[in-house]
Amino acid sequence: MLETELINRTLSTALTTGGEFAEVFVEDKRSSSAVLDDGRVEELTSGRDRGAGIRVVVGETTGFAHTADLSEEGLAGAARAAAAAARGGGGGVREVNVSAIDVSRGTPVRIPPEEVAKATKVGLLTLANEAARGSGSAITQVSARYGDSRRRILVANSDGLLAEDDQIRTLFSVSCVATGDTGLQTGRESAGRTIGFELFDETDVEEMARRAAERALTKLNARPAPSGSVPVVVGPGGGGVLFHEACGHGLEADLVAKSASVFAGRVGEKVAADCVTLIDDGTMAGEWGHFAIDDEGRPAGNNILIKDGVLTDYMWDYLRARKEGRVGSGNGRRQSYQHLPMVRMTNTYISNGTDDPAAIVADTESGVYVAQLGGGQVNTATGDFVFGMTEAYLIENGEITDPIREGNLIGNGPEVLTRIDALGNDFAMGSPGMCGKDGQGVPVGDGTPTLRVESLTVGGTAA
Amino acid sequence: MTELIDLARSIVERAEDGEAVEVCVGRAVRTEVRVHGGDVESLTLAESRGIGVRVILQSPDGNREGLSHAGSFDADVVGELLAEARDNAEFAEPDPHVALAQPDGVPITGIDPWSDALEQMSVDDKIAIAIAVEAAALAADTRVRGARTSVYGDSRSESAIVSTAGIEITGRSTGASTSTMVLIDDVDGGTRTGSAVDAAVSPLDLDPQMVADRAVDRGLQLLGARQPTTARPSVVLEPRFAATILGLVAGMLAGDRVVKGRTPFADRVGHQIAASMLTMFDDPTDADSLGASSTDGEGLACRLVPLVSSGALDGFLHDCHTARVAGSASTGSALRSVRGTPSPGHRALHVAAGGGDLASFVADMDDGFLVAGLQGLHSGVNAVSGDLSVGVEGIRIRGGELAEPIREATLAGAIPRMLLDIARVGADLERLPGGSRVPSMVIDGLTLGGAGS
Repeated sequence: MLETELINRTLSTALTTGGEFAEVFVEDKRSSSAVLDDGRVEELTSGRDRGAGIRVVVGETTGFAHTADLSEEGLAGAARAAAAAARGGGGGVREVNVSAIDVSRGTPVRIPPEEVAKATKVGLLTLANEAARGSGSAITQVSARYGDSRRRILVANSDGLLAEDDQIRTLFSVSCVATGDTGLQTGRESAGRTIGFELFDETDVEEMARRAAERALTKLNARPAPSGSVPVVVGPGGGGVLFHEACGHGLEADLVAKSASVFAGRVGEKVAADCVTLIDDGTMAGEWGHFAIDDEGRPAGNNILIKDGVLTDYMWDYLRARKEGRVGSGNGRRQSYQHLPMVRMTNTYISNGTDDPAAIVADTESGVYVAQLGGGQVNTATGDFVFGMTEAYLIENGEITDPIREGNLIGNGPEVLTRIDALGNDFAMGSPGMCGKDGQGVPVGDGTPTLRVESLTVGGTAA
Repeated sequence: MTELIDLARSIVERAEDGEAVEVCVGRAVRTEVRVHGGDVESLTLAESRGIGVRVILQSPDGNREGLSHAGSFDADVVGELLAEARDNAEFAEPDPHVALAQPDGVPITGIDPWSDALEQMSVDDKIAIAIAVEAAALAADTRVRGARTSVYGDSRSESAIVSTAGIEITGRSTGASTSTMVLIDDVDGGTRTGSAVDAAVSPLDLDPQMVADRAVDRGLQLLGARQPTTARPSVVLEPRFAATILGLVAGMLAGDRVVKGRTPFADRVGHQIAASMLTMFDDPTDADSLGASSTDGEGLACRLVPLVSSGALDGFLHDCHTARVAGSASTGSALRSVRGTPSPGHRALHVAAGGGDLASFVADMDDGFLVAGLQGLHSGVNAVSGDLSVGVEGIRIRGGELAEPIREATLAGAIPRMLLDIARVGADLERLPGGSRVPSMVIDGLTLGGAGS
């Protein structure tokens, strides 16, 4: 994307005020999307974002500047701005010579989305719309969205690293509104992978649309959710969001270092029930949170965070790991070249347990069964977190019964981890997610088998 | 500014017969300082650019729209945009209601939310604001263990919209803000947090001491908080939380939701949708609001839009497209990023003053709950069904006094019901960083969920 000599010169310019570390991150991203809403294909959009972010580190301070101008002058200007921002006291000339590292790319993309005709992409939207509307006359509104992106990145730093990646993602979602005597209800389904248009060899958009419609229709008969603490069973795939919020963010080394995490200083301690093994794995080829290198040029890692209930490690970005004299874990990510990297999750999952999922439900006298989770949020300093349930049912006498209206569940991370009292053997990955932290969004995946939390507070209106 | 207009014109001039073209272009210079432990953690100095092109192909059976956008003004990138948007439009289905905004004669106010002080202020002085916020927070109380991050940020933006329909406008704005989140040791070994933010057009109007004091007070009031038992107390919302709830309501009154049947209020114009003490409107022409703007995202004049009068629904927020579908006129409410189509929304929500204030509401209340924090708004609010269920922390009110603090609780209800159950609207109007001007409110009938079932 840039000549090696230009990279070396830019890094040298960035270090002229005495910086200890400098980095150039170049990104060229193309995206395309199409939306069908209200029965009509209406919004086809193409986007292009290209630029470089340069950071310089002096002591505890990072200076950062970015530019959309990739010429020698544009890069030098950003390098000088970043250097000035970092306020190094020194000076002089420091030569930098970067050399490329070999990166394992995993499975190559079979069908680059840019080679697929727009008419073919639009055709998927129409198929989904017709399938959803065919699910029942109570389906009064359908929207479907297709999106793809190709993000080429280059990272080079004054430690001599040079690495490149080419990340292709494809996403499809369907949202339905059902109208009944009790008002309006919604149902949503999405599929997203770090692969090309071959996503649709394995994903049937009509089937997705019917599931989304079914979800909205089912909720027309939903009862108010209970209010208060009850046992909660989360279906396969769905529970990932729970762990993402309950402990994932709290295991990010930048928050740990500021004592802004309830998990700070607890490595080696028992933090969860014995059955819990939590892994963050950016190497899972094709998954939504997959990449070959992170946005600091480190290869993606397979990192065990909790093993059999014991906290084994945090997630690290390059700079914090460098300061600690350890190897980074490949968790340094950023939304775009206009953002500084920080510690982020990739694909976070709980490995399989041994319980029979049907037996977990049968063994629950009364509670709530959550089939699909929405997003969540956590305050890492207190550990209090919420996550939404977008499809849920009552469990009565060991059986899944009536659907309930959607809402949030609230819990405290360290407490909830110790209250996992059943873990199924039916592991599945969940829906593609966008994780937000300090204003930056990055794609993340998650997964779990069926699991039960002994008690969680459900935010319903029923007494 | 001339450069932006010239760039937009150069693309619009290339429009062919039978097509309408609109170009939206913007440029922003941004500073962000993040501080931790008395040191600058990061300092970002950056300029970003954006350009969006909308092409509408006109034909007898309807109009077809296509878009393209880029984050660069480089000739090779900009050169592709018009052709790409045109190509995208070929694949859209005809829609008789898709059209560019036509100048509608409503005069454009001279609102200019701009401060020269932003450009004149040195980076050192900006850093000093973030340092001052953190230092004041740490000094406020010995129980403050630290601050997660204290931030100063500002931006200076210029934009232009030019179209073949005769729109040619420019706009500019500055904004500065500072915020912090403090960590406070609780008696049980746990941690409580408190956050606060201040925002202004000029960095000289920011109040670091106020931000620090508020963040610390908000954390301290939750010391000793426990999970409550489930109850249905009257809920007291200070202005910032009343604004959050009413902002959700305004979102449900956006024209795109209305014309596509995605809101419970779609056919309720003229009906009583709220308690009669609620009067609410969107007023971006209020120059003192941080949401003030002279023009909307399609280049039409911003104007006052009545939403709810004495509890009755007046109407909706429309852009050109949703207005045409609804058979009405744009209310000048288009919001816009260069990356997508305009969509209608509020900028400066105003609530007419009622009577009383937060303190009097608490004093009059036998069994109540004062909200101090909301969590999970994005996952717990369904704007289509109107269901609301959020995580909450705050303080119980008993016998007219603030009683025990609580956390790990939920607050749930249905937004249409909540509007009818508004029990008090205060006179203590507060201008908020999000642009709204809202007083304290009391809402009955919500469920506060906690331990037990």
